[in-house]
Amino acid sequence: MRKIAIYGKGGIGKSTTTQNTVAGLAEAGKKVLVVGCDPKADSTRLLLGGLAQKTVLDTLREEGEDVELDDVVKLGFGGTRCVESGGPEPGVGCAGRGIITSINLLEQLGAYDDTSEDTDYVFYDVLGDVVCGGFAMPMREGKAQEIYIVCSGEMMAMYAANNISKGIVKFAEAGGVRLGGLICNSRKVDFEQNMIEEFARLLGTQMIHFVPRDNVVQRAEINRKTVIEFEPENNQADEYRELARKIDENKMFVIPKPLEMEQLENLLIQYGLAG
Amino acid sequence: MIHTEIDTQRWKEEVLKKYPKKLAKKREKSIVVNDSDVIHPIQANVRTAPGIITQRGCTYAGCKGVILGPTRDIINLVHGPIGCSFYAWLTRRNQTLPPTPESENFMNYCFSTDMQDSNIVFGGELKLKQAVREVFEIFKPKSIGIFSTCPVGLIGDDVHAVAREMKAELGINIFGFSCEGYKGVSQSAGHHIANNGLMKHVIGLGNTIPEGKYKVNMLGDYNIGGDGFELERIFEKCGLTLVSSFSGNSTMEKFEAAHHADLNVVVCHRSINYVAEMMEKKFGLPWFKVNFTGAEATAKSFRKIAEYFGDQELIDRVEAVIAEEMALVNAELEKVYDQTKGKVAMLFVGGSRAHHFQELFTELGMSTLSAGYEFGHRDDYEGRSVIPTIKVDADSRNIEELDIEQDETRYNPRKTEEEKAALAEKGIEFNSYDGMMKDMLKGALIIDDLSHYEMEKLIELYHPDVFCAGIKEKFCVQKMGIPLKQLHSYDYGGPYSGFEGAINFYKDIAMIVNTTIWKKIKAPWEREVTIEAEYAA
Repeated sequence: MRKIAIYGKGGIGKSTTTQNTVAGLAEAGKKVLVVGCDPKADSTRLLLGGLAQKTVLDTLREEGEDVELDDVVKLGFGGTRCVESGGPEPGVGCAGRGIITSINLLEQLGAYDDTSEDTDYVFYDVLGDVVCGGFAMPMREGKAQEIYIVCSGEMMAMYAANNISKGIVKFAEAGGVRLGGLICNSRKVDFEQNMIEEFARLLGTQMIHFVPRDNVVQRAEINRKTVIEFEPENNQADEYRELARKIDENKMFVIPKPLEMEQLENLLIQYGLAG
Repeated sequence: MIHTEIDTQRWKEEVLKKYPKKLAKKREKSIVVNDSDVIHPIQANVRTAPGIITQRGCTYAGCKGVILGPTRDIINLVHGPIGCSFYAWLTRRNQTLPPTPESENFMNYCFSTDMQDSNIVFGGELKLKQAVREVFEIFKPKSIGIFSTCPVGLIGDDVHAVAREMKAELGINIFGFSCEGYKGVSQSAGHHIANNGLMKHVIGLGNTIPEGKYKVNMLGDYNIGGDGFELERIFEKCGLTLVSSFSGNSTMEKFEAAHHADLNVVVCHRSINYVAEMMEKKFGLPWFKVNFTGAEATAKSFRKIAEYFGDQELIDRVEAVIAEEMALVNAELEKVYDQTKGKVAMLFVGGSRAHHFQELFTELGMSTLSAGYEFGHRDDYEGRSVIPTIKVDADSRNIEELDIEQDETRYNPRKTEEEKAALAEKGIEFNSYDGMMKDMLKGALIIDDLSHYEMEKLIELYHPDVFCAGIKEKFCVQKMGIPLKQLHSYDYGGPYSGFEGAINFYKDIAMIVNTTIWKKIKAPWEREVTIEAEYAA
């Protein structure tokens, strides 16, 4: 079983990319568990065809200690199992602590026991930047082993990717988590692919796939579906299948070498102003 | 036992040598060989060096435990996990005496919101509101104080908003304190936060003018072991009206009426000088420092109070009380003096006690070779004159400074500047405290935020006859063969304030410094010569 966490700047398309990739894996016959680690609980919407999911933390709050795995796991597209951690409303309580509680509970319930169920992949879809200890939870020992960072050629996305790499370094030494690569979710920035390839090289990793921008993603989202489910024949569906295949076959796992601010800015100047 | 400056200087060097370089550099500034003629600056009220096994407590302890804890009719509701409330429950020996058995007294209860994991995740405000309603339902108190523990600050529960909402809903005084344990460098930050809270939400609410001719507030006695009861006795005997004590044996009603007094006397400068300063600004009550620890110091302090009011009748009455009380004190002192004379004490406690209790030791003919505070500031060592030169660091800035303005209708300066100047001629210095250093021997070691290692080295080298500190140090010190007197809780003794307190202290110390029991602390196999041998192969 491979445990994968997807990180990246808020709004970059982590949830969309994760769910489409998971759909690709499911289509290829893999058994996948998706754990949404965002208090908004919208990480599995496309796989489930809607938000109708009871979160782990809500269930825990309502049922007390008496929680069964079936109470929180829902079956989605292609037999994927979907869980949402959930959390407090914005500005209240501690969402980070919520993720810790939720992941620990899932672990106790045997959601990702190597033996309990035939699971090939666990995907953690994590909120935005690694703002506090709670959001680093999926990186810690025994949780995710592989991290993929979704980014684009926009400066703040790269800046966030670099910060997340710093987090990975911290936990790589203690835990064993590794960076599997950058997923470029294109924003149609000039020379985007070259820049992210170079950025990945400097980080010591790879750009595992360049996902082009296509409006079909938006149409599929409105229909509460992944592209693979919505328009299986579309080119974009093939892009996600390709990303899924690359992740499935990936052998490159590294401890990243985060860039200094100056290095990162130079990279942007080199590519961003090249035109 | 005579020590020279060279001795203590050498001790300091030896101790610092053992520390890593960076730590030695930091600790160096907190250890001062005293020179009462030229006051040397000491580093105080700065972050504790990690790992030194500090004596200090937390901000929550200072706010809830020290300042608000001794008031019997406020419900102290702790917002946080249960431990913070449970382990602070009835541990300070601050006594109280309700007028009747039916009168309100919540001090023997332990109130907590008992936060659970889900309250941390989803926020604890709802649970706090529930707790406030529940506590009101059961006890119908006049007021409720809400105290924030560490997690509350981390998750951002707004205790002040909850307090406002509940105050409107229930119609009683409810106020919150952002006194999360991690704020500030010691419990001192909590004292300040508590002082601010009292000023904002309590003092000045009472409209009934208390009866009495000479009305005084006593600030900074917490009625540990009954200190406050003894002082109340003397106040009454002298014909002085104690409007409110902050906060030993106090009630909300007394706090609320405190602005009707005509004088604030400050006992513990560190914990409560803020209230004295703010009340002077807002209501015009002058304050001066007193010390009720030590018979002579008590007499001097009451003389100062009488002089302040300036009535011959009062002055005569105070003198008569002093004469009567001192006769008893001296009779006791005579009995023990030969047993205590020449003995050596060390005191590491509080933000005032390490200074005040030296008075009692001096009366016993004992010397204080080394002393320091747990949470004192530079002004508590060097005197208030250094306040303008104290660097305000980020930790201090973190604690709110209230902007107090003169009360439009109630400001009433009790003394004119001329009257104050005339009183200063007679030795009454307002708004003044000279600190510990001036009163200590030349060559004495003054150590702020004493580390455990330094404590062991003090004992190893100087073998004091009594070491005064708290429960955290007690058993370590006694295992080293030196008796330890707790000056936070007084062990099971006290009161030690006032005249009767002095008598109690004389008796207890005479016993302590003459007992040989601690010399027998070593097990026989540790003190007897043993023969070691090996079997031949």
